[in-house]
Amino acid sequence: MRRILSTALALMLMAGSGAMAQSPPPAPDGEAIGAPVPWGIDLQDAMGPVKEAIHDFNSLVLWIIIGIVIFVAALLAWVIWRYDARRNPVPSRTSHNSILEIAWTVVPVLILLVIAIPSFRLIYYEDRARDADLTVNVQGRQWYWNYGYPDHGNFSFDSYPVADNEIRPGQIAKLSVDNPLVVPVGATVRVLTTGHDVIHSFFVPSLGVQKYTIPGRTLETWFRADRAGTFYGQCNQICGNNHWFMPIAVRAVPQAEFDAWVAEARTKFAEGRAPGWPERDRTTEVAAITDPSAEARR
Amino acid sequence: MAHAAHDTPHGHDHHDHTPGFLARWFFSTNHKDIGTLYIIFAVVASFVGIGLSMLMRLELQNPGMQFFADGQMWNVAVTAHGILMVFYVVMPALIGGFGNWFVPIMIGAPDMAFPRLNNISFWLLVPALLLTIGSLFVGGTGTGWTLYPPLSDSQYQGGPGLDMALFGLHLAGASSILGAANFITTIFNMRAPGMTLHKMPLFVWGMLVTAFLLLLSVPVLGGAITMLITDRNFGTAFFKPEGGGDPVLFQHLFWFFGHPEVYIMILPAFGIISHILSTFSRKPIFGYLGMAYAMVAIGVVGFVVWAHHMFTSGISVDTRAYFMAATMIIAVPTGIKIFSWIATMWGGSLTFKTPMLFAIGFVFLFTVGGVTGVKLANAGVDQILHNTYYVIAHFHYVLSLGAVFGIYAGFYYWIGKMSGYQYPEFWGKVHFWLTFVGVNLTFFPMHFLGAQGMPRRYPDYPDAFTGWNVVASIGSYISGVSFLLFIFVVVLTFLRKEKAAANPWGEGATTLEWQVSSPPPFHTFDELPRIR
Repeated sequence: MRRILSTALALMLMAGSGAMAQSPPPAPDGEAIGAPVPWGIDLQDAMGPVKEAIHDFNSLVLWIIIGIVIFVAALLAWVIWRYDARRNPVPSRTSHNSILEIAWTVVPVLILLVIAIPSFRLIYYEDRARDADLTVNVQGRQWYWNYGYPDHGNFSFDSYPVADNEIRPGQIAKLSVDNPLVVPVGATVRVLTTGHDVIHSFFVPSLGVQKYTIPGRTLETWFRADRAGTFYGQCNQICGNNHWFMPIAVRAVPQAEFDAWVAEARTKFAEGRAPGWPERDRTTEVAAITDPSAEARR
Repeated sequence: MAHAAHDTPHGHDHHDHTPGFLARWFFSTNHKDIGTLYIIFAVVASFVGIGLSMLMRLELQNPGMQFFADGQMWNVAVTAHGILMVFYVVMPALIGGFGNWFVPIMIGAPDMAFPRLNNISFWLLVPALLLTIGSLFVGGTGTGWTLYPPLSDSQYQGGPGLDMALFGLHLAGASSILGAANFITTIFNMRAPGMTLHKMPLFVWGMLVTAFLLLLSVPVLGGAITMLITDRNFGTAFFKPEGGGDPVLFQHLFWFFGHPEVYIMILPAFGIISHILSTFSRKPIFGYLGMAYAMVAIGVVGFVVWAHHMFTSGISVDTRAYFMAATMIIAVPTGIKIFSWIATMWGGSLTFKTPMLFAIGFVFLFTVGGVTGVKLANAGVDQILHNTYYVIAHFHYVLSLGAVFGIYAGFYYWIGKMSGYQYPEFWGKVHFWLTFVGVNLTFFPMHFLGAQGMPRRYPDYPDAFTGWNVVASIGSYISGVSFLLFIFVVVLTFLRKEKAAANPWGEGATTLEWQVSSPPPFHTFDELPRIR
């Protein structure tokens, strides 16, 4: 039975030490990359304030729960060792201890309070952007993303994954896309998600953002990228055949570069016929209802 | 805890008029026979459920698509694994199996209140399972067990597969509701003289709370999937925004059932674990009333936390705040149970037979699964852990390691009682260690994958996720072997025919089932026992 304890401790220590030893993601040409790393065990590195807030809170809870597990494991180990029938042939008949029972009711409540206070602060912080610098429309579709820029000329475009055999150096298989969502570094981005066919989930771990895209609804969330770079995510709500192959890439660039990109994108996507725009009539009609930018393209 | 006061030896001078094979096993009205049928049913279904999980781990061992033709086929496997394990393995084993077997005996009742209702509860499950497995051959259900529309609308999941699975759920739900009514009636009305509610064994308390959860939550699932069926087939638009419906409504209805459902799967196991820890510590349960009412509290609060499954579905921030707070409160009664279990062992005289190993394993693993639940309850962190492998790790720790350890513990504890043959102790212990190592190796790395952002229901993934997926797959093969070893132990038990004593566990085993012979006579109590 002692093996239970040692296994537990080993795993917990692994989690603890690994959290500190983990190296930041590679950053070729000085740009940050928000992506999973091999054998990573902790949250992806924070690339913006929302994720940083999540990190702070996560560390608090993580150490509390590691402490609880070690405490319970230690109690179990002690009980198993000390009260083995060979060491303790005559059992006690104790079955009540009011003080103890009150203690293990009240102490968890106090621990939960310690967790709850920063937790409430975090969800209200995450909820929506105050003074957003720009708004982007995000729409999940089977099986690609459509991004719109309502306050930059209302253009929109599709974002498709790059097939495995077309991956170029610097790209990441199953994460890279043809047209990333481009935002300025340091800008507070309001995200409005809308649905199109089935529910998808816009999920970028390193920016700390996730929201479903639900047909018939517009949901709001926000993020800010504090470093220039590319931040990857994946659709995170089962959406059919290619659920696993509709990655998300958010590219944060300096403001000047962003302005140049907008200028180019407005002409490039002017026809609104980005690659793979579905030709089915129904899809276009639904798009017109749920996505105002689709109106412009027709 | 209840002590039986009657000393008449049972089982020797009984004239057991057991019916013939067909009448006994197909028209059965005997709670013990029906319990046995449920257990056999759960083992049969688990071959399919575990087989699917082995296929899934094979696929996930390496990036790229190796065994599955496409994502839809994968989604079908994922969904079938979930539905089978929840509705056709864990619930039948714990509730139908152990519940039917031991609730009447433990309260000193001659049988369940409605024996024929009991029979139909079981036989509704058989066509339900056939529909669910049959649906795999006509397109299947590629929606996840959560069945969220619009993905589950006919437009996106055509064909009869999903409808078959939904009708299967309807039958399984009817079975559960009838069974729950039966348990509630039995427990409230058929307790032996002297068996007050506050003397009732904790397994019976667990089953009572479970039965109420089933009775109140399953009809909501029934309503939700009925609306889904009419949306799919008869042109209604309950969940279709283009017809004035709302996809999120389904999520509320589903999780109003779905969250109590997870307690339905774990509360009977709580009861089993309490009995085993007490028996093998040779000590009464510590804080009996606290233990009983902790389960009641978990049941009650379990009904008002459902939207913590929907933190990213766009519910308002104040709603998130409420559901977050309510969810964290569940940690308190759960903590009471964990510490009371440890206190039960404290000062005891512990022997480490196989059921005890599984019970101690349960306490530790349920703690691990519980604390990750506290983390996920916080909507702020859930924003990046929702739907990732962290969630998979969390609920497999409380279900695949919690509920399943409860089932194994109960099996080893009671197999001598149920069959009359004691299991081989050595192989039981080997089974425990193999399972313990296997499941931890499978599910612990999933915390890491989830923290790194690997979404669930993915047949293929970026290369960075490979390492921990290999570890998890190896762990799952060990778990798969351990399941086969379990089957071997069962077969060996019946081949060895080592007679089990009426009470093989000694003075620590105080509940009524240990006062009757192993196996108990066909009619357990010819005269009702009196409880001091």
